[in-house]
Amino acid sequence: MNTIQLDNQGRLKHFLGIEGLRRDLLLSILNVAKSFITVDAQVVKKVPLLRGKTIVNLFFEPSTRTRTTFELAAKRLSADVLNFNISTSSTSKGETLIDMLRNLEAMHCDTFVVRHEAAGAVHFIAQHVSPSIHIINAGDGWHEHPTQAMLDMYTILQCKGKFNHLKVAIVGDILHSRVARSDIHALSILGVSEIRVIAPKTLLPFGVEHLGVKVFNHLRTGLTDVDVVIMLRLQRERMQSALLPSAHEYFQYYGLTEEMLEVIDSSAIIMHPGPINRGVEIASEVADGSRSVILQQVTNGIAVRMAIMAMTLGVIGEG
Amino acid sequence: MATSLSIVGGRVIDPATRLDTLTDLHIANGKLVAIGSPPPNFAAEWQIEAKGQIVCPGLVDLSVRLREPGAEHKGTILSETRAAANSGITTLCCPPDTLPVIDTPAVAELLQQRANNAGMTKVLPIAALTQGLRGEQLAEMGDLKEAGCIAVSNVQPIVNTEVLRYALAYAANCNLTVFLHPQDPWLGRRGCAHEGFISTRLGLAGIPEATESIEVARNLLLIELTGVRAHFCRLSTARALTLIKTAQANGLPVTADVSAHHLYFTEHNLTEYNSQYHVIPPFRTLEDRQALRTSLIDGNLQAICSDHQPHEADAKLSPFATTAPGISAVDSLLPLVLQLANELSCDLLTALSWVTLQPARILGIPAGALTIGNPADICIFNPDLHWTLTKENIHSLGANSPFLGWKLKGHVTHTLINGRVVYSYCEPKKTLTDSLSNLAE
Repeated sequence: MNTIQLDNQGRLKHFLGIEGLRRDLLLSILNVAKSFITVDAQVVKKVPLLRGKTIVNLFFEPSTRTRTTFELAAKRLSADVLNFNISTSSTSKGETLIDMLRNLEAMHCDTFVVRHEAAGAVHFIAQHVSPSIHIINAGDGWHEHPTQAMLDMYTILQCKGKFNHLKVAIVGDILHSRVARSDIHALSILGVSEIRVIAPKTLLPFGVEHLGVKVFNHLRTGLTDVDVVIMLRLQRERMQSALLPSAHEYFQYYGLTEEMLEVIDSSAIIMHPGPINRGVEIASEVADGSRSVILQQVTNGIAVRMAIMAMTLGVIGEG
Repeated sequence: MATSLSIVGGRVIDPATRLDTLTDLHIANGKLVAIGSPPPNFAAEWQIEAKGQIVCPGLVDLSVRLREPGAEHKGTILSETRAAANSGITTLCCPPDTLPVIDTPAVAELLQQRANNAGMTKVLPIAALTQGLRGEQLAEMGDLKEAGCIAVSNVQPIVNTEVLRYALAYAANCNLTVFLHPQDPWLGRRGCAHEGFISTRLGLAGIPEATESIEVARNLLLIELTGVRAHFCRLSTARALTLIKTAQANGLPVTADVSAHHLYFTEHNLTEYNSQYHVIPPFRTLEDRQALRTSLIDGNLQAICSDHQPHEADAKLSPFATTAPGISAVDSLLPLVLQLANELSCDLLTALSWVTLQPARILGIPAGALTIGNPADICIFNPDLHWTLTKENIHSLGANSPFLGWKLKGHVTHTLINGRVVYSYCEPKKTLTDSLSNLAE
């Protein structure tokens, strides 16, 4: 799985998913990201690493935040950036994905950052574009969102200083979450002591325990003694299906409130990939509270994406 | 073309009479006239030398999408009946989900007429159970039967249980066999892969195992209620097989088939999102595949079909879930059955019966056997010929097969339909490179 993202020397060519990556590779991404964090603080927030390179943001699903941080990351590396929001343009005119890729190839771009509603779409694209193009997965269906996982790992490392001995809980719609899958793989590769998923039975994928997680259906029990809480966004359309009775009931049983924070470790951090649904999965007091590192995640996202762009393009090695 | 011919020196296998011996077949005026010595006054105008080859009844395939009418860019009656004939298939059933649907005698007749004109594999249309396959109003089953339809099917599930009950009862009234595709109309309807740990890892929407067993259970209860003769198509799960085994033991008139590819692949083949493995029902677990294989040996599954579904290249050229499901499968049917016989240590009489005698019995037709006086529909193949299925040598218009690149053993050398040779294999001319590489070996 995800094997095509490495070249024949085991270096990162594409960044399609966390599953199957080596621990030292994840650590070197975090290391490179750390060196980029300072770029943010400079008066001129730019380094010339990707000068002359063109990064294309290909978003087949609407997104503002993720696309913006990718754009910012590319610009801080001095790359040129093109944005395509495709849900509204070409595919509705009947152009196939392959045709679109051929057109973009003809423009001699270097990296495609892709978000698509179909799992495996990034693998499909990586297999069908010219070998000179690098693909970065910005979320493929329910499969993976690996840059989000890396910025989550960066934030955890920043706050906790280590991965071992940590207990991490992921709470919410695990079934439909690419963030959850990527986080689970990353946490497991980096060797935390325990990964928990907390969700109602309707929002858990089949056999999730085989990914090496402990499954909890009860929020308070699941949160007891954890060091890190990763909340997931609950999409509005889930409430309109038979998966859940109402947003009200979901918040009552799975919403992260001040009261719930009592059971977790006093130094625990609260994370969320955003955009948050206040009063659905997280109470405002918690989202804005002192343990929340949600905005720190956003900031870290830029440096982490810079690192992944530079590494897949080969301008920075893994050493 | 000769009106009388003999096939001499071959190993003749006929599952119907359990014949497996070196002998000759004699054919006159399109019919098989003798096995062994020729009848008195018989003079063969032509002779097929079948030494080292196996001579068996032509294959009967319970499901081949011809794509005509309605999707001729995927396949035509001519292209697909020719591909079938070249693969040793002499009779095939065409499901009713053409465009327009086979729900009027006109469409059924058009199909048969064009198939006749093509002069290749014989085509038996399966009629729609309900008009437009919509599951609401019954199709004119009586008329459709008179127009040559061999069975009735709705392909997709009938949601309304009352409609299903009356459709089955009316089919029984017409003495038609109902072909059922057991999939619950709701459970897993958005899915594209077996719901299991693999679909969880890949983030693909799942089709639970229960999708099939629930529908089999619902159908079995209504089969009992209506007394219809029913055939379950393309089973994929162990539990559905258990239900059917019990029903058969209780004397219900039910049969079942499996596609050749479900006997080979499992959910594990999906891990690289290769859309050639996108099929409905999905490839399931290793245990399910084992149960399918065991059920063939035990006789609870009677037949193997190709479940041929040719597609144009573009239909498979997009992310997994968005591709059209199905495999172009007639070309690989016979070699896969032969390989299966080998893997299961099963004799050829039994293995060939799954694609000849048994499907013919399900259809209630006098095919799939070497019967004196019946039309000479015969397949001759070289069991030892190794070959590789490629985009270039696949006969179907659709090259959508996960078996491309597979080294297969066993190749059809002649296909006879009504005593007429419709296919004879010429070994590809060896190129200089081939000869050199042979020398090197």
